[in-house]
Amino acid sequence: MDKGASILKRRDLFRMIGAVAGSSAMYQAMTSLGLAADSQYAGPIKLQGAPKGTKVIVLGAGWAGLVSALELRDAGYTVELLEYNNRVGGRAWTIRGGDTITELGGETQKCGFDPGLYLNPGPWRIPYHHRGYLDYAKRFGVALEPFIMVNYNAYVHSDAYFGGKPQRFREVQADFHGHVAELLAKAARQDKLDQAVSKDDQETLLEALKEWGALDKNHAYVAGHDSAERRGYAVNKGGGLMPDPVGGPPIALADLLRSDVWRALTFGQTHQWQSTIFQPVGGMDSTPKAIGKSLADITTLNAKVTAIHQDDHGVTVSYVDARTGKDQRQAKADWCVCTLPLTVLSQLDVQVGAEMKAGMNALSYFTAVKTGLQFKRRFWEEDDHIYGGITFTDLPIRQIAYPNFGYNAPGKGVLLGTFAGAAPGFELAALSAADRVKLAVEQGARIHPQYTAEFETGVSVSWHRSPTTMGCAAAWTPELRAKHYRNLAELNGRVILAGDHLSNLVAWQEGAILSALDAITRLHHRIVAA
Amino acid sequence: MKKPIRIAALLTATAALALPVPGPARGDEAPPAASTKHANLLGYTQFPQRDGESLYKSVCAACHMPDARGGTGAGYYPPLAKDANLAAWGYPATLVMNGSKGMPAFRTMMDDAQIAAVVTYVRTHFGNAYTDKVSVDEVAALRKAQ
Repeated sequence: MDKGASILKRRDLFRMIGAVAGSSAMYQAMTSLGLAADSQYAGPIKLQGAPKGTKVIVLGAGWAGLVSALELRDAGYTVELLEYNNRVGGRAWTIRGGDTITELGGETQKCGFDPGLYLNPGPWRIPYHHRGYLDYAKRFGVALEPFIMVNYNAYVHSDAYFGGKPQRFREVQADFHGHVAELLAKAARQDKLDQAVSKDDQETLLEALKEWGALDKNHAYVAGHDSAERRGYAVNKGGGLMPDPVGGPPIALADLLRSDVWRALTFGQTHQWQSTIFQPVGGMDSTPKAIGKSLADITTLNAKVTAIHQDDHGVTVSYVDARTGKDQRQAKADWCVCTLPLTVLSQLDVQVGAEMKAGMNALSYFTAVKTGLQFKRRFWEEDDHIYGGITFTDLPIRQIAYPNFGYNAPGKGVLLGTFAGAAPGFELAALSAADRVKLAVEQGARIHPQYTAEFETGVSVSWHRSPTTMGCAAAWTPELRAKHYRNLAELNGRVILAGDHLSNLVAWQEGAILSALDAITRLHHRIVAA
Repeated sequence: MKKPIRIAALLTATAALALPVPGPARGDEAPPAASTKHANLLGYTQFPQRDGESLYKSVCAACHMPDARGGTGAGYYPPLAKDANLAAWGYPATLVMNGSKGMPAFRTMMDDAQIAAVVTYVRTHFGNAYTDKVSVDEVAALRKAQ
């Protein structure tokens, strides 16, 4: 496996620099895509002066629809909420034992998880700065617990390197930083950084590199106490007459580069994934369920929207029973907040302007596959000492994420055995759910051999086979955004769209919340002004 | 819209839409940005499969299903079995390249030869018998024209 010739291409070097420098360059690139933006939540919304008797129909009871319906209802509007699924929450969904999942194509899975265990097949974490989400969780009394993004003892796995043996994140990170610090220290001591760093600053830089990279007194990164304090000991510290601690040899820089394991280092450094991150206790559906409960009297489940028509006087939404395709009904309102995914909306009979239609048609959704696996025991904790967090691999399953609750308890556990997107995501999405589970077990066993003996049951969700979303989330590009974003977000006659697809936080619940708050605020101002 | 579409008309239509080239999709909550390089920690954005059948089974089947009968939920994936829309190869080739209405754009994930192979496969299987082979050069020309 000689990838040596290609290892230090400029692209890789930049990425490497990103990993070293706290990924400021990558961060900048991400900001330009709107991905690293902080939430602009400005506190609970206050809509005053709603005209009596004005009715708004809200389509879709995911986060955007729930927030819209809740806040408009509380502002004094008459609200009707239609939802395709037999539940609220949309992608903010939790699968538990006894649940039945039917994907497009007709394959049905019955989840066999034990009580208390679950899979969040959609969103699964809430950054501390998603203030809209946190506010709704607080308002509706939903308890949160920490989501572990970075676990130093989880693995980074390259199937083709290190004999396929997974490496500990702490070792990969310490060794990568150590080697890079040593290289920079060498350059500084050979006066090769004179133009970039003043003579005085070079002394400080050397001191900082020694500290940051865990270098020894000669500015070398080698086996020993300094490096072991970061990467961990080969023989751990003990008591009494136990053996003295021993630091293991670092992984060679060339192996770190060639194996690609360094790519795992920046995940927890990007803004959306920086500590602290939360998850709702008991599953991601907790908050939408609580909001949905307060809207039960105005919600119609199992409603498949077939047409959205509008004229000068109002909006007419046609829908059928989603389970039978029959029982055609019409709902009339003065205004409509439509949160349906664009993959679905673009296929319906919708009376909106040509520019909005062009946007609906142009935006496709990226794919994602998640697979949850139940094991007889929490071997990742008992044997491998991994409590929560994520293992990264170059196998198609991409990630193994360990449960962030129930630590150190005896008994069973459910982990996330696959989280795949891009090309591997499609390759998995094209498999039956049964085969996705099988593949997750087979591939995961290359990292945790205990899989084979301990596996009990699994469920898999392919978001392109989701009857309601037909994809994971909107695949915006800067070009698409420049051309279509405003046309999709502006009020179009009596219809306004909302959802995470109309935010700079695509695929985050916060994006749906902010989009909804912004859309209903503009709608309200338009109504009041009339 | 169940009738063959002429390529010229189609080219005009897609040019008018001016569908842009999507980069690697980076979903915030979805798996992180992928590199084009196969098998690394960030995944990859180019399919390794080269022949039409493998590409169909690894990509298209995710939505159009292994037997090409599609699926219906809140929206629908059209069946590709016995599909008159496949009569002119430019229609499926353009859709594979640019996507539309829920169909993802694969122009950065498949090269011309892969698009030609998978379109040829679909047009000659699942009850379709359009035997004029789609050439790589024609797909390349179609890509260029957009």
